[in-house]
Order: sequence, then structure tokens, then C-alpha cells
Amino acid sequence: MTMAATAPPGVEAAFGAGGDGALAGLRWAVARDLRLAMRSRAELGVQLLFYVIVVALFPLSMTPERNLLATMGPGVLWVAALLASLLSLPRLFATDHADGTLEQIALSPYPLEALIAGKVLAHWLTTGLPVALLAPLLALQYYLDGESVGVLVAGLLLGTPILSLLGAVGAALTLGLRGGGGSLLALLILPLYVPVLIFGAGAVDSVRAGLGATANLSLLGAGLALALVGTPFAAAAAVRIALD
Amino acid sequence: MALNWTRYASPASFHPLAGKLIPWFGWGAAVLAAIGLWLGFAVAPTDFQQGEVYRIIFIHVPSAWMSMFLYVVMAFWGALLLAFNTRLSGMMAQAIAPTGALMTFLALWTGALWGRPTWGTYWAWDARMTSELILLFLYLGIIALRQAIGEARRADRACAVLSLVGVVNIPIIYYSVQWWNTLHQGASVKPTGSSMEATMLWGMLVMSFAFWFYAIAVVLSRVRSIMLERERSAAWVAALPEVGSAR
Amino acid sequence: MLEAHDLAGRRGHADLFAGVGFRLAAGEALVVTGPNGTGKTTLLRMLAGLSAPAAGEIRLNGNKVAPYSQELRSSVAYAGHLPALKDELTAEENLSSLVQLAGAPVAVPELRAALDAVALGRRRNLPARVLSAGQRRRIGLARLAVLRRPVLVLDEPATALDAAGIDLLAKLVHEHLDRGGVAVLATHQSLGLEPERVRSLVLGG
Repeated sequence: MTMAATAPPGVEAAFGAGGDGALAGLRWAVARDLRLAMRSRAELGVQLLFYVIVVALFPLSMTPERNLLATMGPGVLWVAALLASLLSLPRLFATDHADGTLEQIALSPYPLEALIAGKVLAHWLTTGLPVALLAPLLALQYYLDGESVGVLVAGLLLGTPILSLLGAVGAALTLGLRGGGGSLLALLILPLYVPVLIFGAGAVDSVRAGLGATANLSLLGAGLALALVGTPFAAAAAVRIALD
Repeated sequence: MALNWTRYASPASFHPLAGKLIPWFGWGAAVLAAIGLWLGFAVAPTDFQQGEVYRIIFIHVPSAWMSMFLYVVMAFWGALLLAFNTRLSGMMAQAIAPTGALMTFLALWTGALWGRPTWGTYWAWDARMTSELILLFLYLGIIALRQAIGEARRADRACAVLSLVGVVNIPIIYYSVQWWNTLHQGASVKPTGSSMEATMLWGMLVMSFAFWFYAIAVVLSRVRSIMLERERSAAWVAALPEVGSAR
Repeated sequence: MLEAHDLAGRRGHADLFAGVGFRLAAGEALVVTGPNGTGKTTLLRMLAGLSAPAAGEIRLNGNKVAPYSQELRSSVAYAGHLPALKDELTAEENLSSLVQLAGAPVAVPELRAALDAVALGRRRNLPARVLSAGQRRRIGLARLAVLRRPVLVLDEPATALDAAGIDLLAKLVHEHLDRGGVAVLATHQSLGLEPERVRSLVLGG
């Protein structure tokens, strides 16, 4: 009995219609990464705690004058969100790379871009989203009014996915490099993060100045759209380069 | 014509070609710079708003243009590398980065020197300066990534991906002044109240070409050293007179 | 079915091998041996589609294949040095996850049967963290058995396996070849394959 030298039907179905394959790949990656994250809840908790502490440090380091804090608040909350994102990036690819799973992911019939998009989504759900949801509570320390907090959260909801997407590219580029997880990754990614920071914090500043946040938030939205389209491909290319 | 180009895509034939081109661009840069500086410092009239200080634009503007232009060229070579996997593409991208970083630094520094007497401060967090600073960090990041990845092939490809991701920043710098004006009514500085005086324009144009020729000469020279280093085990390198005599 | 012509491999400035070629028909296995550092892993990664060869070409079913080509990704089952397991997932979850990743929808009873076949049936709900190296390897064997891909590329598959584990590996490879698949193995372990089925490639010599 000879075996046909092509793959069994199940595999054909997986990548036959491009759309089906991509969606299935995305689902696989989100489900697996979320399950893994839930099993390491402590690690997630630590990263959120880091965010909370950094935000709390600033009022402690200066005269807690109301207006000063309200002016600084958006910037501090955004920078802390950036740092929290940076801190959690090694989790995205490095562990998979270290145990050999990343190779299997790259060799999967599912499009690598979809698998990476799924991982990034899971990363955002466990990093960016909690940060955005915690922000209103932390903003209390900075005496921000209701409207400002609303714009802050909206900005974070639009901006933190961009941080995860760009972070994925940086994490993939620095895979396996000595000192790669830390400072080099920060050096590569922070310049790309800066526009997000400027528009995100700027949105809140605009609202506090009475100018309305539409322009800033629209630019963030445009940035998110661009990142959603471009970064999975860049990150997939970077992963393949790292595995070569 | 197509045949000619692909022939020069091999390091062995590009090396001597580059060698012949360097003196032309080098001297060309020197001559253009002399003319440009003469136009800028001797011929162009004093600006009625800013006096003599404005003359720094003859260095500031060309270096800023070059910083953006070189990044796009570097990203282009990166795209060529990812698409066609030719060795020369990677080497050219590697050669451009340091010069690009230098141009960016020069633009920022001359911008600060101009800012002090004009706005009263060395630094202002306005759109263009901030994006130019980001550009500097992008260049430095690419150089740092290349250093961190020892192996040439992986470094070429990784830096290509990084430079393509960062290329989005270039339009942001270029259009930032207009976009920011819709957000905050910012003022951008112009050399004169209305359109620029003819001699000033000529001065800037000539200096831009001077910087461009300089960049070409330096990049070609650097790419030659990169070639020698990377291809050091190849036969054509051993046959070079300068390599042979060094033994 | 699987051929290579004039393959060359390098790591940075070092040339590892050149002019490597072979041809495998259905039911044949290629055993790659050689001292450490001669490029066995590099060669196998090329055949799996992870790395582009410095020179030469690889053909599957007569079609030239490049790294990450769709044909390679759906026809090859690759097992590298690391068992590709997540510590936090149980043996069964790991197997299920890897098999789904490969695009093969497999029902739970079949997965459990596969784990039983490699003597991990009673340990299937233990997290991979607490399993021994040999047990982790056997999850990999279960994966290969379930996937039934036409091409197996195995890098040092006998690592950490005890005698029983090696028997399982040998049985897996035998059955795979009997079904008409091809296998490329980098190993010094004799698997008792009939000489007519085996082609040998020695690197670094």
C-alpha cells in the first residue's frame, strides 16, 4: 500500500481557502497564548503591579499640587503604559523560541502572519487592555476630570494595540540576541512608540485645553489601522529571519 | 541597459566602479560646497527679520533633507535585499546608515544653534524637531541592531525589515508641520515674510547638491571597505593591488 | 519523492558543506551522520524549509521548493533538538495543540490512543514540566504518529530515549516507510532498518 505523496485532506482544508486558514491560525494562537497566560497569572499580575507602582511614584516624587499633577497625569499614565508594554514583550516570542515551539509555528500550514496576529491579540488582551481599564482608577491620583479620563481611556484602547503590534516586530528582530530582550529592544521600539505617546497624551491635553480630542484620536485610529495591516507581515519576516 | 546594471550588482565589478566614481563625487561636492557657501554667506542679502543668523539654513536645510532622503534610499536598498537577496543591496544599506545618522545629527545641532537666537531656546518640542530626533534614534537603532547581530546575512535582513517599518516616520516628519497646525496653531519660521529670495534659494539648492555628492562619495567609499571585509575570502579580493601589497 | 542537488550550507563565514545531493523514492530513508559541527542540523533545517541553502536546490515530488513554501509546510513533519512543548500544558494539551497547529483536526479519542501507544496514557493530564526528558520526547513521537505526513525530518530523534523509547521510534519509522513515506534522520542510533531502504550521507568527510 503506497501513500499518496501529498498531504492528507485535513491539512488541505486548513490552508485551502486562504481566509479560512488565516482565521483558524489566529484562533489557534489566541486560544493557546491566553491559556498559557492564565496558567502564569502571577507573571501577569506582576506586570500590572509594575504599571500601578510607576504611576504612583510620580506624585510621591514631587509636591502634589493639584494643577501640576493634572497637567502631568496623562503623560505619566501613557509613559507607564509604554514601559509596561516593553516589559512584557519578551513573553511574546522568546519563550516559544527557547522551547522550539516557534519553529513549529513557523512551519505550520497556517499563515505565519495570522498566527502572529493571534499572539499579539492575546498579548494585548493580557497587557494593554488591563492597563487601559485600570487607568481611570489610577487617574484619580492625578485629579483628572471625567471627560479627560474618558479621552485617556479611549486613547489607551486605540494606542495599546499599536504598542503590542510594533512591539512584536521589535521582539522578533531581537530574538536570541545577547542583551536583546532589554535595552536593544527598547532602543529599537521606543522611537516607533513616540508618535503614539504624543497623540495619546496630546488627546487628553487637547481636551483639557478645551480644543477637543477628535484630531488626536483619529490619528491614533489611523495609526492602528496602518499597524494592523503592516506589522504582522513585518513581524513574520523578522521571525523567519531569526530562525534562519 | 538592463544588462549593464546587473553586471555591476556583483561586488567584484562594483568595487572598481565605485572606486572610479568616488573622486568625481568628492571633488564635485567640494566645488559645489564652495559655490554654495559663497552664495549663502557672501551673496545672499541679510534677512530683515533675523539678520545674519538665518544663514545657518544653508547647512541646516540641506542636512535635514539629506537625513530624510538617505533614510528612504536605505529603506529602498533594504526592500531590494528582501525581494532579490543580492549581496550588494545589504552592503549599500549598511554603508548608508552612519552617514544618514550624521546628517540627522547635523540637522538637529544646526537647528538648535539657529533656535537659540531666533526663538530664545536651543530646543523646542515642535513637530519637526521631535520627528527629526526620532529619525536619529531610528538610525542609531538600525546601527545598534546590526552590531548586535554578528552574522552579516541575518543583520542585513533584520535591518532591512526595521528600516522599512521606520520609513513611515519620513512622511510624518515632512508633513508634521501642516498636521500640527491643525492641532495647535503653531508658528513655523520662514527666512523672509513672503517667498524666499532668489539667491537664498539658489544657495540652498547648491548646498543640497553638495551634501548629496558628499554623501554619495562617503557611502561608496564605505561600501568598498564593507565589500573587502565581507568578501575577504574571495579570489578577486586577494588579487587587488592594495591587498596584495599589504602582505 | 524528495531530492536535493548540490546543496551548500554555511554559518556566517564558515562553509559547512557543499555539493550535497541525494534522491529518495517512496519508502526510503536517508540517514545523515558526521562529527559535531559539520552541518547536520543545518542540512535538516534546509529540508524542513526553515533555512535557505547557500547554493543548490531541493525538490519535492519534482517541484522545486523554497523555504516556507506551502508544499513543504504541509508535507513535512519536522522534529528538531527541542521537543516544542509548553511546560504549563499537560501532555494531552500539548499534543492536541501541536496537532491543531499542523492543521489536522484530530478527535480526542485518537489523541489519547496515540499517547497510550507511547506509554503516556496514564500521564496524559500531567503538566509537561513534571515529565522526564524521555517522556517529553515520546509526546513528540505521538505527534509524528498522529500527523502522518509524507516526509519526516528528524534531528537526533533518539536523544533521551530509553530502550523502550527507541523501539517506539523504530516502529514509527518502519511503519512510516511501509506506508510509502520518506524520512531523513540525523542519528547514530541504529533503528534496524533494512539496508535496501536506507541511503547514507556522511558530512564532514
